Amino acid sequence: MRDAPLLQVDAIDVFYGDFQALFGVSLTVERGQVVAVIGANGAGKSTLLRAIAGLMQPRRGGIHFNGAAIDNAPAFAVVKRGIALVPEGRRLFPSLSVEENLRIGGQSARPGPWTLPRIYKLFPVLSERRHLPATALSGGQQQMCAIGRALMSNPDLLLCDEISLGLAPIIVRDIYAQLPAIVGDGMSLVIVEQDIAQALKAAAQVYCLQEGRIALQGAAHDLTRDAISAAYFGV
Amino acid sequence: MTEWLNVILQGVLIGGLYAMFAAGLSLIFGVMRLVNIAHGDLIVLAAYVALMVTQTLGLDPLTSLLLVVPAMAIIGYALQRLLLNRTLGDDLLPPLLVTFGLSIIIQNGLLELFTADSRKLQAGAVETMTYQIGPGIWLGLLPLIQFVVAVAVIAALQVLFYRTSLGRAFRATSDDPSVAQLMGLDTRHVFAMAMALSLAVVAIAGVFLAVRSNFDPAIGPARLIFGFEAVIIGGLGSMWGTLAGGVILGVSQAIGAQIDPGWQLLAGHIVFLVILAVRPQGLFPKVSG
Amino acid sequence: MSEQGRNRVEHATRSSRIGVGIIGIVLLVLVLAPFWGDRQMLRLLAELSTFVALASLWNLLAGYAGLVSVGQQAFVGLGGYLLFAMVILGGVHPIAAIFIAGPIAAAVSIPVAALTFRLRGAYFAIGTWVVAEVFRLLASQVSVLGGGSGISLPAAAVIAMAPTRQAREFEIYWLALALTVLVLAAIVTLLRSRHGLALTAIRDNELAAQSNGIGVTRVKLIVYVLTAFGTAMIGALIFLMKLRISPDTAFSVNDWTAFVIFITVIGGIGRIEGPIIGTIIFFLMRQTLSDLGSLYLLIMGAVAIVVMLWAPKGLWGLIADRYGWQALPLQRHLVFDDARRAGDT
Repeated sequence: MRDAPLLQVDAIDVFYGDFQALFGVSLTVERGQVVAVIGANGAGKSTLLRAIAGLMQPRRGGIHFNGAAIDNAPAFAVVKRGIALVPEGRRLFPSLSVEENLRIGGQSARPGPWTLPRIYKLFPVLSERRHLPATALSGGQQQMCAIGRALMSNPDLLLCDEISLGLAPIIVRDIYAQLPAIVGDGMSLVIVEQDIAQALKAAAQVYCLQEGRIALQGAAHDLTRDAISAAYFGV
Repeated sequence: MTEWLNVILQGVLIGGLYAMFAAGLSLIFGVMRLVNIAHGDLIVLAAYVALMVTQTLGLDPLTSLLLVVPAMAIIGYALQRLLLNRTLGDDLLPPLLVTFGLSIIIQNGLLELFTADSRKLQAGAVETMTYQIGPGIWLGLLPLIQFVVAVAVIAALQVLFYRTSLGRAFRATSDDPSVAQLMGLDTRHVFAMAMALSLAVVAIAGVFLAVRSNFDPAIGPARLIFGFEAVIIGGLGSMWGTLAGGVILGVSQAIGAQIDPGWQLLAGHIVFLVILAVRPQGLFPKVSG
Repeated sequence: MSEQGRNRVEHATRSSRIGVGIIGIVLLVLVLAPFWGDRQMLRLLAELSTFVALASLWNLLAGYAGLVSVGQQAFVGLGGYLLFAMVILGGVHPIAAIFIAGPIAAAVSIPVAALTFRLRGAYFAIGTWVVAEVFRLLASQVSVLGGGSGISLPAAAVIAMAPTRQAREFEIYWLALALTVLVLAAIVTLLRSRHGLALTAIRDNELAAQSNGIGVTRVKLIVYVLTAFGTAMIGALIFLMKLRISPDTAFSVNDWTAFVIFITVIGGIGRIEGPIIGTIIFFLMRQTLSDLGSLYLLIMGAVAIVVMLWAPKGLWGLIADRYGWQALPLQRHLVFDDARRAGDT
């Protein structure tokens, strides 16, 4: 089992009603690997993460995680298997305090290194504001809380959807600076980014989506700027 | 003067019962935006379940709660899981019409099983015990127990909502059901738990209703309306507001009845409509977050 | 729509042309019913047509304007009581009273809407119910109209309508038929008007309609008032047929709302044909199941739930989707004048 990839997405087609958003998309994540998915707006990046997390079911193709098929599993079962999603736009629960948002992330009760104190150590500012409603946090703090909430489930695979969106560059840099501390325990990571430079720096493997199809894939250091912009913009 | 004090006191005490009608309604609306038209009929159903339990096992009504509450909770869980979860979505018509159909089914099912005859639960000596708490002012033990239970139920719901992991799950699911799923919450189960809890409260309300006055299969819709009025008077989403709404409704009805027996219900409805006109968000709305 | 300006918008399709033809024939047969049907048949057909009208009005309200009311019995009862009040207290001719009841109820519905429109969605539904309860309780306070126990229409007023019982029955039957046709024609006209297009837009997506500059609240208010107008007229007619009124029968949630909702849901909500099909099914079920007593209502409730969950567009919806039929020319079709032709749907 050690040699099998942690996540294997195999030629999935995903639809919103009659509209097809993904066409035969495949993607592989090895244990401990950081994979970046880049692409323009509407290329299908978020749809891919939603399909992996179980919020959408692919109509064709398969998704295997830790050797088991999960393409028909609902989201609440997928998280118990060890996949956590930091959704686009953070989507904290406004009725819950900061600490309750973190605790509910641990609802699935998977054992592992991530506990409330450890999240607070990673993001001390959350500890100071633990009793405030989540809506009282700044954008960057909300993003930290959303990441912390996902980590609380002790995932083997963390999916991050546009964590830099709407944040000041300095805050994005701070959050990305924490990535090594997060993946240090052997966790794998898929990051979806519009900020290509940030993605290339963080990831070992890069996939570029264009209009629902994989237009380019390869090791981050092998890809040239020209190849990426060709895949990104389709020119 | 003492006559009026007695009237108001009775109104306050009955208001506790109305608050219990309202609490279950408010709870499921808060968690899943479902308005259960069959809520009043479920209260009556609980009264009949209690009637069967007391008659077959010879229990007194208050002890029968130990069986009626879990029975109604199980019915609630099953109802949500098997039927009502299918109706939830963007369209408000399916939940409304399905619970409306359910209301008709419960009413006519009870009519078929128990006929249209009026029934009442006998609680024995508790019913007639009264205390004089001031010159000319009397307090019945049973209404007092009922009011204390109502306050306890509201307080318990408040604690459950804000201090337990189930309450946290309720609030999270209410905020954003799809992200709640990402937290490992099966929203179908969370909704079913909310309905189970709602019907547990309904069971308590139903038993007190049945001890307090006569009941028959047709009285459900009026209980739904009382509960609904208490929710709107108190302000959506506020449990203590619901208690206040119930008390205001109870006092209005008591005063109306004192003026003219035909004005009892009318007075309650008019106070509701006046509050809707001047303060549509209710008296104690939840601070929106 | 077209650059050449040669394409047209049409309502009619082949099926709707056939539909209109069939409707014409059925209508003719119904108009002649006094000459082929017995007294019982006439009563049944008159009752059936009042339910078609009530269900069509509720369908307009809930199915098109999204105003799911469970309090339309307020206007049925109001219409009935207005008729009795005018006839008994004012000596108005019963048929004239029907046509006066409509505008009065429409006027009453405006302050009612001002209150109930403050409630959203399902809470609106229960709010309308409270209003109907208030009407019921107020009616039982009016002692000149019999208070809580109700009152009968004086024999003199009944005889004034027509000298013989048979002539009276014919008159009431044709009145019921004419009023129902009037209500249906008014609804079709409304739906084919500019407001109808707005209503369809609201039904499909209220938010999008709003952002396209449709005054959603204004359109809803218009529909609410018009529905009250029609419902009260039908209510007045119903109690003219019954010759007796009481608060409990006039403001009955079962008779004037539960049945009407079941009819519309089973037939097909949000479609003009739905209430007609639904009424026919409802009466067939009633004729065959009425021996079962309260079990019959229980079955009605169950059928409505099953239809709502598994065939939410109702029976007509199933048929229309399957074959692309429409009996009345309501939808708009873009007709291209070149070789391409718009399909029947």
